[in-house]
Amino acid sequence: MKPPVVDYLCPETVAEAVDLLGEHADGAKVLAGGQSLMPLLNMRFAYPTVLIDINRLEETAAIEPGDEVVVIGATVRQGDADQSRTVHAMVPLLAQALPHIGHFVTRNRGTIGGSVVHADPRGEVPLVMVTLGGRATVVSTSGTRTIEADDLFLSHYTTSIADDELLLDTIWPAPGGLWGYAFREFSQRHGDYALGMVACALRREDGVAKQATVAVGAVAGHPVVLDEVGAALVGEPIDERAAAEAGRLAAAAVDPSSDLHASARYRRHLVGLLTESALLAAWADTEREEA
Amino acid sequence: MIEVSVTVNGRAYEEAVAPRLLLSDFLRHTLGLTGTHVGCEHGVCGSCTVIVDDRSVRSCLMLAAQVDGAEVRTVEGLADGDELHPLQAAFRRNHALQCGFCTPGILMASVDFLERSDSPGRRQIAEMLSGHLCRCTGYEPIVESIHAVALQEGQSP
Repeated sequence: MKPPVVDYLCPETVAEAVDLLGEHADGAKVLAGGQSLMPLLNMRFAYPTVLIDINRLEETAAIEPGDEVVVIGATVRQGDADQSRTVHAMVPLLAQALPHIGHFVTRNRGTIGGSVVHADPRGEVPLVMVTLGGRATVVSTSGTRTIEADDLFLSHYTTSIADDELLLDTIWPAPGGLWGYAFREFSQRHGDYALGMVACALRREDGVAKQATVAVGAVAGHPVVLDEVGAALVGEPIDERAAAEAGRLAAAAVDPSSDLHASARYRRHLVGLLTESALLAAWADTEREEA
Repeated sequence: MIEVSVTVNGRAYEEAVAPRLLLSDFLRHTLGLTGTHVGCEHGVCGSCTVIVDDRSVRSCLMLAAQVDGAEVRTVEGLADGDELHPLQAAFRRNHALQCGFCTPGILMASVDFLERSDSPGRRQIAEMLSGHLCRCTGYEPIVESIHAVALQEGQSP
Protein backbone atom coordinates (compact mmCIF):
# COMPACT_ATOMS: atom_id res chain seq x y z
CA MET A 1 0.00 0.00 0.00
CA LYS A 2 2.68 2.49 -1.04
CA PRO A 3 2.72 4.65 -4.18
CA PRO A 4 4.81 3.41 -7.09
CA VAL A 5 8.11 5.10 -7.93
CA VAL A 6 7.19 8.46 -9.41
CA ASP A 7 8.71 11.88 -10.00
CA TYR A 8 7.27 14.92 -8.28
CA LEU A 9 7.05 18.46 -9.66
CA CYS A 10 5.58 21.39 -7.83
CA PRO A 11 4.89 24.41 -10.09
CA GLU A 12 4.04 27.78 -8.53
CA THR A 13 2.04 29.25 -11.43
CA VAL A 14 -0.56 28.04 -13.94
CA ALA A 15 1.78 28.88 -16.83
CA GLU A 16 4.49 26.71 -15.31
CA ALA A 17 2.02 23.88 -14.59
CA VAL A 18 0.71 23.95 -18.17
CA ASP A 19 4.23 23.83 -19.60
CA LEU A 20 5.10 20.85 -17.40
CA LEU A 21 1.87 19.12 -18.37
CA GLY A 22 2.62 19.71 -22.07
CA GLU A 23 6.08 18.29 -21.62
CA HIS A 24 4.99 15.20 -19.67
CA ALA A 25 1.44 14.69 -21.02
CA ASP A 26 2.07 10.99 -21.64
CA GLY A 27 2.70 9.84 -18.12
CA ALA A 28 1.77 12.80 -15.92
CA LYS A 29 -1.03 13.01 -13.41
CA VAL A 30 -2.12 16.30 -11.87
CA LEU A 31 -2.20 16.06 -8.08
CA ALA A 32 -4.72 18.36 -6.40
CA GLY A 33 -6.33 17.35 -3.07
CA GLY A 34 -5.26 13.76 -3.59
CA GLN A 35 -8.33 12.24 -1.91
CA SER A 36 -8.98 10.03 -4.94
CA LEU A 37 -5.61 9.99 -6.72
CA MET A 38 -3.53 9.09 -3.66
CA PRO A 39 -5.63 5.97 -2.86
CA LEU A 40 -5.29 4.97 -6.53
CA LEU A 41 -1.51 5.33 -6.20
CA ASN A 42 -1.35 3.55 -2.85
CA MET A 43 -3.37 0.66 -4.26
CA ARG A 44 -1.23 0.66 -7.44
CA PHE A 45 -4.23 1.18 -9.70
CA ALA A 46 -2.43 4.16 -11.25
CA TYR A 47 1.19 4.29 -12.44
CA PRO A 48 1.98 7.85 -13.53
CA THR A 49 5.63 8.63 -14.24
CA VAL A 50 5.33 12.12 -12.78
CA LEU A 51 2.99 13.93 -10.41
CA ILE A 52 2.39 17.62 -11.06
CA ASP A 53 1.28 19.04 -7.72
CA ILE A 54 -0.98 22.09 -8.23
CA ASN A 55 -1.58 22.80 -4.54
CA ARG A 56 0.74 25.81 -4.60
CA LEU A 57 -1.04 27.60 -7.46
CA GLU A 58 -2.64 30.79 -6.21
CA GLU A 59 -4.59 31.54 -9.41
CA THR A 60 -6.88 28.53 -8.97
CA ALA A 61 -7.68 28.94 -5.28
CA ALA A 62 -10.48 31.56 -5.28
CA ILE A 63 -14.29 31.62 -5.29
CA GLU A 64 -15.41 34.62 -7.37
CA PRO A 65 -19.03 35.79 -7.67
CA GLY A 66 -19.87 37.21 -11.12
CA ASP A 67 -22.92 38.22 -13.13
CA GLU A 68 -25.38 35.35 -12.52
CA VAL A 69 -22.45 32.94 -12.10
CA VAL A 70 -19.95 31.89 -9.49
CA VAL A 71 -16.48 30.88 -10.64
CA ILE A 72 -14.81 28.32 -8.40
CA GLY A 73 -11.07 27.78 -8.87
CA ALA A 74 -9.96 24.20 -9.45
CA THR A 75 -8.02 23.91 -6.18
CA VAL A 76 -10.71 25.35 -3.87
CA ARG A 77 -11.18 22.78 -1.10
CA GLN A 78 -14.59 21.13 -0.76
CA GLY A 79 -14.61 22.16 2.90
CA ASP A 80 -13.87 25.81 2.04
CA ALA A 81 -16.61 25.85 -0.62
CA ASP A 82 -18.94 24.44 2.04
CA GLN A 83 -18.03 27.36 4.34
CA SER A 84 -18.39 29.98 1.58
CA ARG A 85 -21.24 32.49 1.92
CA THR A 86 -21.05 33.11 -1.82
CA VAL A 87 -21.62 29.44 -2.58
CA HIS A 88 -24.49 29.18 -0.10
CA ALA A 89 -26.19 32.32 -1.37
CA MET A 90 -25.64 31.88 -5.10
CA VAL A 91 -25.25 28.13 -5.74
CA PRO A 92 -27.42 26.60 -3.00
CA LEU A 93 -27.68 23.25 -4.81
CA LEU A 94 -23.90 22.82 -4.59
CA ALA A 95 -24.00 23.91 -0.94
CA GLN A 96 -26.58 21.18 -0.24
CA ALA A 97 -24.44 18.53 -1.93
CA LEU A 98 -21.04 19.37 -0.41
CA PRO A 99 -21.57 17.87 3.07
CA HIS A 100 -22.26 14.51 1.39
CA ILE A 101 -18.74 14.31 -0.06
CA GLY A 102 -16.58 11.96 1.99
CA HIS A 103 -15.86 13.16 5.52
CA PHE A 104 -14.88 16.31 7.45
CA VAL A 105 -11.16 15.47 7.16
CA THR A 106 -11.21 14.48 3.48
CA ARG A 107 -13.16 17.65 2.57
CA ASN A 108 -10.33 19.67 4.16
CA ARG A 109 -8.08 18.47 1.39
CA GLY A 110 -10.32 17.34 -1.51
CA THR A 111 -10.96 19.97 -4.18
CA ILE A 112 -13.94 20.93 -6.33
CA GLY A 113 -11.76 20.60 -9.44
CA GLY A 114 -10.56 17.17 -8.36
CA SER A 115 -14.15 15.93 -7.99
CA VAL A 116 -14.86 17.15 -11.53
CA VAL A 117 -11.86 15.62 -13.29
CA HIS A 118 -12.06 12.36 -11.32
CA ALA A 119 -15.60 11.99 -12.73
CA ASP A 120 -16.72 9.29 -10.34
CA PRO A 121 -20.21 8.25 -11.49
CA ARG A 122 -21.22 8.54 -7.82
CA GLY A 123 -19.69 11.99 -7.46
CA GLU A 124 -21.85 14.77 -6.02
CA VAL A 125 -20.05 17.65 -7.78
CA PRO A 126 -20.48 16.25 -11.34
CA LEU A 127 -24.20 15.65 -10.70
CA VAL A 128 -24.77 19.21 -9.49
CA MET A 129 -22.75 20.59 -12.39
CA VAL A 130 -24.84 18.72 -14.96
CA THR A 131 -28.09 19.71 -13.23
CA LEU A 132 -27.24 23.42 -13.26
CA GLY A 133 -25.62 23.39 -16.71
CA GLY A 134 -22.20 24.46 -15.44
CA ARG A 135 -19.04 24.83 -17.47
CA ALA A 136 -15.35 24.03 -17.04
CA THR A 137 -12.42 26.15 -18.18
CA VAL A 138 -9.36 24.18 -19.22
CA VAL A 139 -5.99 25.39 -20.42
CA SER A 140 -3.09 23.85 -22.31
CA THR A 141 -0.05 25.18 -24.17
CA SER A 142 -2.35 25.61 -27.20
CA GLY A 143 -4.79 27.88 -25.34
CA THR A 144 -7.92 27.99 -23.19
CA ARG A 145 -11.31 26.43 -23.92
CA THR A 146 -14.65 26.07 -22.17
CA ILE A 147 -16.46 22.74 -21.89
CA GLU A 148 -20.20 22.50 -21.14
CA ALA A 149 -21.06 20.07 -18.33
CA ASP A 150 -23.09 17.99 -20.81
CA ASP A 151 -19.97 17.42 -22.92
CA LEU A 152 -17.61 16.97 -20.00
CA PHE A 153 -18.55 13.69 -18.32
CA LEU A 154 -18.18 10.89 -20.86
CA SER A 155 -18.20 7.71 -18.81
CA HIS A 156 -16.88 6.14 -15.58
CA TYR A 157 -13.88 8.23 -14.49
CA THR A 158 -13.60 9.70 -18.00
CA THR A 159 -13.93 13.33 -19.04
CA SER A 160 -13.37 15.16 -22.32
CA ILE A 161 -10.39 17.01 -20.77
CA ALA A 162 -7.28 16.06 -22.77
CA ASP A 163 -4.09 14.70 -21.17
CA ASP A 164 -2.24 17.98 -21.72
CA GLU A 165 -5.08 20.16 -20.39
CA LEU A 166 -5.33 21.54 -16.87
CA LEU A 167 -8.69 22.38 -15.28
CA LEU A 168 -8.54 26.04 -14.25
CA ASP A 169 -11.99 26.62 -12.81
CA THR A 170 -15.63 25.59 -12.90
CA ILE A 171 -18.43 28.04 -13.65
CA TRP A 172 -21.73 27.65 -11.79
CA PRO A 173 -24.90 29.39 -13.04
CA ALA A 174 -26.73 31.47 -10.45
CA PRO A 175 -29.79 32.64 -12.41
CA GLY A 176 -32.26 35.21 -11.14
CA GLY A 177 -35.96 34.40 -10.66
CA LEU A 178 -37.77 32.11 -8.27
CA TRP A 179 -35.64 28.98 -8.26
CA GLY A 180 -35.83 26.11 -5.83
CA TYR A 181 -33.20 23.42 -5.47
CA ALA A 182 -32.84 20.09 -3.72
CA PHE A 183 -30.18 17.39 -3.50
CA ARG A 184 -30.88 13.91 -2.18
CA GLU A 185 -28.64 10.90 -1.83
CA PHE A 186 -28.80 7.61 -0.06
CA SER A 187 -25.79 5.68 1.20
CA GLN A 188 -25.53 2.95 3.80
CA ARG A 189 -23.25 4.98 6.07
CA HIS A 190 -22.61 8.73 6.08
CA GLY A 191 -19.75 9.52 3.70
CA ASP A 192 -19.98 6.21 1.82
CA TYR A 193 -20.48 6.15 -1.91
CA ALA A 194 -24.12 6.76 -2.74
CA LEU A 195 -26.37 3.97 -3.96
CA GLY A 196 -28.53 6.60 -5.60
CA MET A 197 -28.55 10.39 -5.87
CA VAL A 198 -30.92 12.96 -7.37
CA ALA A 199 -30.59 16.71 -7.87
CA CYS A 200 -33.30 19.01 -9.10
CA ALA A 201 -33.78 22.65 -10.01
CA LEU A 202 -37.24 24.21 -10.45
CA ARG A 203 -38.21 27.70 -11.58
CA ARG A 204 -41.60 28.77 -10.36
CA GLU A 205 -43.85 31.35 -11.98
CA ASP A 206 -47.56 32.01 -11.38
CA GLY A 207 -47.85 29.01 -9.08
CA VAL A 208 -46.52 26.46 -11.57
CA ALA A 209 -43.11 25.08 -12.58
CA LYS A 210 -41.85 27.03 -15.62
CA GLN A 211 -38.56 25.15 -15.86
CA ALA A 212 -37.64 21.84 -14.29
CA THR A 213 -34.43 19.80 -14.35
CA VAL A 214 -34.15 16.43 -12.67
CA ALA A 215 -30.80 14.63 -12.84
CA VAL A 216 -29.63 11.34 -11.36
CA GLY A 217 -26.22 10.05 -10.33
CA ALA A 218 -24.76 6.68 -9.31
CA VAL A 219 -26.98 4.72 -11.71
CA ALA A 220 -24.94 5.08 -14.93
CA GLY A 221 -21.38 5.84 -16.01
CA HIS A 222 -21.98 9.57 -15.66
CA PRO A 223 -24.71 11.83 -14.28
CA VAL A 224 -27.83 11.92 -16.45
CA VAL A 225 -30.46 14.63 -16.90
CA LEU A 226 -33.88 12.97 -17.18
CA ASP A 227 -35.38 15.24 -19.86
CA GLU A 228 -38.74 13.48 -19.98
CA VAL A 229 -39.23 13.85 -16.23
CA GLY A 230 -38.42 17.58 -16.31
CA ALA A 231 -40.68 18.14 -19.34
CA ALA A 232 -43.63 16.41 -17.64
CA LEU A 233 -43.37 18.80 -14.68
CA VAL A 234 -43.47 22.05 -16.65
CA GLY A 235 -46.77 23.89 -16.33
CA GLU A 236 -47.72 22.01 -13.15
CA PRO A 237 -47.70 22.96 -9.50
CA ILE A 238 -45.49 20.37 -7.78
CA ASP A 239 -47.82 18.76 -5.27
CA GLU A 240 -47.54 15.28 -3.78
CA ARG A 241 -49.33 13.70 -6.71
CA ALA A 242 -47.07 15.35 -9.31
CA ALA A 243 -43.93 14.47 -7.34
CA ALA A 244 -44.98 10.83 -6.97
CA GLU A 245 -45.75 10.58 -10.68
CA ALA A 246 -42.36 12.13 -11.52
CA GLY A 247 -40.73 9.58 -9.19
CA ARG A 248 -42.40 6.74 -11.14
CA LEU A 249 -41.22 8.26 -14.44
CA ALA A 250 -37.68 8.68 -13.13
CA ALA A 251 -37.52 5.10 -11.84
CA ALA A 252 -38.68 3.84 -15.22
CA ALA A 253 -36.18 6.03 -17.07
CA VAL A 254 -33.01 4.70 -15.41
CA ASP A 255 -31.29 1.40 -16.08
CA PRO A 256 -28.91 0.74 -13.18
CA SER A 257 -26.95 -2.49 -12.83
CA SER A 258 -26.82 -4.83 -9.87
CA ASP A 259 -23.68 -5.19 -7.81
CA LEU A 260 -22.45 -6.32 -4.41
CA HIS A 261 -24.05 -3.31 -2.72
CA ALA A 262 -27.56 -3.27 -4.19
CA SER A 263 -29.71 -4.85 -6.86
CA ALA A 264 -30.81 -2.96 -9.97
CA ARG A 265 -34.41 -3.18 -8.76
CA TYR A 266 -33.51 -1.63 -5.42
CA ARG A 267 -31.54 1.18 -7.08
CA ARG A 268 -34.43 1.95 -9.44
CA HIS A 269 -36.82 2.08 -6.48
CA LEU A 270 -34.39 4.43 -4.73
CA VAL A 271 -34.31 6.80 -7.74
CA GLY A 272 -38.11 7.02 -7.58
CA LEU A 273 -38.17 7.83 -3.86
CA LEU A 274 -35.28 10.32 -4.05
CA THR A 275 -36.84 12.10 -7.05
CA GLU A 276 -40.17 12.45 -5.26
CA SER A 277 -38.52 13.74 -2.09
CA ALA A 278 -36.20 16.12 -3.96
CA LEU A 279 -39.03 17.63 -6.02
CA LEU A 280 -41.17 18.38 -2.97
CA ALA A 281 -38.19 19.94 -1.21
CA ALA A 282 -37.21 22.02 -4.26
CA TRP A 283 -40.79 23.26 -4.64
CA ALA A 284 -40.87 24.22 -0.96
CA ASP A 285 -37.56 25.99 -1.56
CA THR A 286 -39.19 28.19 -4.26
CA GLU A 287 -41.86 29.15 -1.74
CA ARG A 288 -39.21 30.10 0.78
CA GLU A 289 -37.59 32.34 -1.83
CA GLU A 290 -40.94 34.02 -2.49
CA ALA A 291 -41.57 34.78 1.18
CA MET B 1 15.42 13.11 -3.47
CA ILE B 2 13.50 16.22 -2.46
CA GLU B 3 14.59 18.57 0.32
CA VAL B 4 11.84 19.19 2.86
CA SER B 5 11.91 21.74 5.69
CA VAL B 6 9.00 21.24 8.01
CA THR B 7 8.01 22.12 11.55
CA VAL B 8 6.47 19.24 13.47
CA ASN B 9 5.03 19.96 16.92
CA GLY B 10 7.11 23.14 17.08
CA ARG B 11 10.40 21.49 16.18
CA ALA B 12 12.10 22.22 12.82
CA TYR B 13 13.30 19.33 10.65
CA GLU B 14 15.23 19.28 7.37
CA GLU B 15 15.18 15.98 5.54
CA ALA B 16 15.73 14.66 2.02
CA VAL B 17 12.82 12.42 0.99
CA ALA B 18 11.93 10.17 -1.95
CA PRO B 19 9.09 11.70 -4.01
CA ARG B 20 6.76 8.77 -3.28
CA LEU B 21 7.26 8.79 0.51
CA LEU B 22 3.89 9.21 2.24
CA LEU B 23 3.58 11.83 4.99
CA SER B 24 2.47 9.05 7.38
CA ASP B 25 5.67 7.06 6.74
CA PHE B 26 7.78 10.22 6.93
CA LEU B 27 6.39 10.97 10.39
CA ARG B 28 6.74 7.41 11.65
CA HIS B 29 9.92 6.15 10.00
CA THR B 30 11.97 9.24 9.18
CA LEU B 31 11.12 11.29 12.27
CA GLY B 32 10.30 8.40 14.61
CA LEU B 33 6.95 9.89 15.61
CA THR B 34 5.02 6.64 15.86
CA GLY B 35 2.01 8.15 17.61
CA THR B 36 0.44 8.61 14.17
CA HIS B 37 -1.01 5.22 13.32
CA VAL B 38 -1.41 3.69 9.89
CA GLY B 39 -4.45 1.53 9.24
CA CYS B 40 -5.92 1.24 5.77
CA GLU B 41 -3.52 3.46 3.82
CA HIS B 42 -6.24 4.59 1.46
CA GLY B 43 -8.03 7.30 3.39
CA VAL B 44 -10.91 5.30 4.84
CA CYS B 45 -10.01 4.46 8.45
CA GLY B 46 -8.85 7.89 9.70
CA SER B 47 -6.11 6.52 12.00
CA CYS B 48 -3.33 8.53 10.36
CA THR B 49 -5.07 11.92 10.65
CA VAL B 50 -2.69 14.80 11.54
CA ILE B 51 -2.97 18.57 11.28
CA VAL B 52 -1.13 20.37 8.46
CA ASP B 53 -1.29 24.18 8.52
CA ASP B 54 -4.36 24.22 10.79
CA ARG B 55 -6.37 21.66 8.79
CA SER B 56 -6.78 17.99 9.71
CA VAL B 57 -5.72 15.71 6.86
CA ARG B 58 -5.13 12.04 6.15
CA SER B 59 -1.34 11.68 6.29
CA CYS B 60 -1.54 8.52 4.13
CA LEU B 61 -3.02 10.65 1.33
CA MET B 62 -0.26 13.25 1.32
CA LEU B 63 3.33 13.03 0.22
CA ALA B 64 6.12 14.12 2.54
CA ALA B 65 7.28 16.38 -0.31
CA GLN B 66 4.03 18.34 0.02
CA VAL B 67 4.66 19.54 3.57
CA ASP B 68 7.77 21.55 2.65
CA GLY B 69 7.35 24.84 4.55
CA ALA B 70 4.32 23.60 6.49
CA GLU B 71 3.53 23.28 10.18
CA VAL B 72 2.45 19.83 11.20
CA ARG B 73 0.83 18.79 14.48
CA THR B 74 0.64 15.17 15.56
CA VAL B 75 -0.73 13.47 18.66
CA GLU B 76 2.71 13.76 20.31
CA GLY B 77 2.22 17.53 20.39
CA LEU B 78 -1.13 17.52 22.22
CA ALA B 79 -0.12 17.05 25.85
CA ASP B 80 1.87 19.75 27.66
CA GLY B 81 4.42 17.64 29.51
CA ASP B 82 2.41 15.47 31.91
CA GLU B 83 -0.70 17.56 31.47
CA LEU B 84 -3.09 15.98 29.00
CA HIS B 85 -4.88 18.02 26.36
CA PRO B 86 -8.56 18.49 27.40
CA LEU B 87 -9.64 16.02 24.71
CA GLN B 88 -7.15 13.41 25.89
CA ALA B 89 -8.31 13.93 29.49
CA ALA B 90 -11.95 13.56 28.44
CA PHE B 91 -11.17 10.37 26.47
CA ARG B 92 -9.46 8.95 29.54
CA ARG B 93 -12.28 9.96 31.88
CA ASN B 94 -15.00 8.51 29.64
CA HIS B 95 -13.18 5.30 28.66
CA ALA B 96 -13.25 6.45 25.04
CA LEU B 97 -10.44 4.11 24.02
CA GLN B 98 -9.61 0.47 24.47
CA CYS B 99 -6.86 -0.66 22.11
CA GLY B 100 -6.05 2.94 21.20
CA PHE B 101 -5.25 2.32 17.56
CA CYS B 102 -7.79 4.79 16.17
CA THR B 103 -7.38 7.30 18.99
CA PRO B 104 -4.56 9.55 17.67
CA GLY B 105 -6.43 10.14 14.40
CA ILE B 106 -9.71 10.84 16.17
CA LEU B 107 -7.99 13.24 18.57
CA MET B 108 -6.33 15.25 15.78
CA ALA B 109 -9.54 15.44 13.72
CA SER B 110 -11.43 16.50 16.87
CA VAL B 111 -8.92 19.24 17.71
CA ASP B 112 -9.44 20.75 14.24
CA PHE B 113 -13.21 20.13 14.33
CA LEU B 114 -13.63 21.88 17.70
CA GLU B 115 -11.41 24.79 16.64
CA ARG B 116 -13.67 25.42 13.65
CA SER B 117 -17.19 24.55 14.86
CA ASP B 118 -19.56 26.63 16.88
CA SER B 119 -20.78 24.52 19.84
CA PRO B 120 -21.38 21.31 17.87
CA GLY B 121 -24.04 18.89 19.07
CA ARG B 122 -23.86 15.10 19.25
CA ARG B 123 -25.25 14.75 15.75
CA GLN B 124 -22.53 16.88 14.16
CA ILE B 125 -19.90 15.11 16.24
CA ALA B 126 -21.22 11.72 15.09
CA GLU B 127 -21.13 12.93 11.49
CA MET B 128 -17.52 14.05 11.89
CA LEU B 129 -16.70 10.64 13.41
CA SER B 130 -18.11 8.90 10.31
CA GLY B 131 -14.62 9.39 8.89
CA HIS B 132 -12.99 7.32 11.65
CA LEU B 133 -13.22 3.60 12.24
CA CYS B 134 -13.11 2.34 15.83
CA ARG B 135 -13.57 -1.39 16.37
CA CYS B 136 -13.60 -1.42 20.19
CA THR B 137 -15.64 1.20 21.96
CA GLY B 138 -18.84 1.49 19.96
CA TYR B 139 -18.29 5.25 19.56
CA GLU B 140 -20.65 6.42 22.32
CA PRO B 141 -17.88 7.25 24.83
CA ILE B 142 -15.98 9.03 22.03
CA VAL B 143 -18.98 11.21 21.17
CA GLU B 144 -19.46 11.85 24.89
CA SER B 145 -15.83 12.96 25.34
CA ILE B 146 -15.80 15.33 22.36
CA HIS B 147 -19.18 16.74 23.36
CA ALA B 148 -17.97 17.33 26.93
CA VAL B 149 -14.99 19.36 25.65
CA ALA B 150 -17.23 21.27 23.22
CA LEU B 151 -19.48 22.22 26.17
CA GLN B 152 -16.46 23.26 28.28
CA GLU B 153 -15.18 25.45 25.47
CA GLY B 154 -18.63 26.96 25.02
CA GLN B 155 -18.54 28.09 28.67
CA SER B 156 -15.10 29.68 28.65
CA PRO B 157 -14.97 33.31 27.48
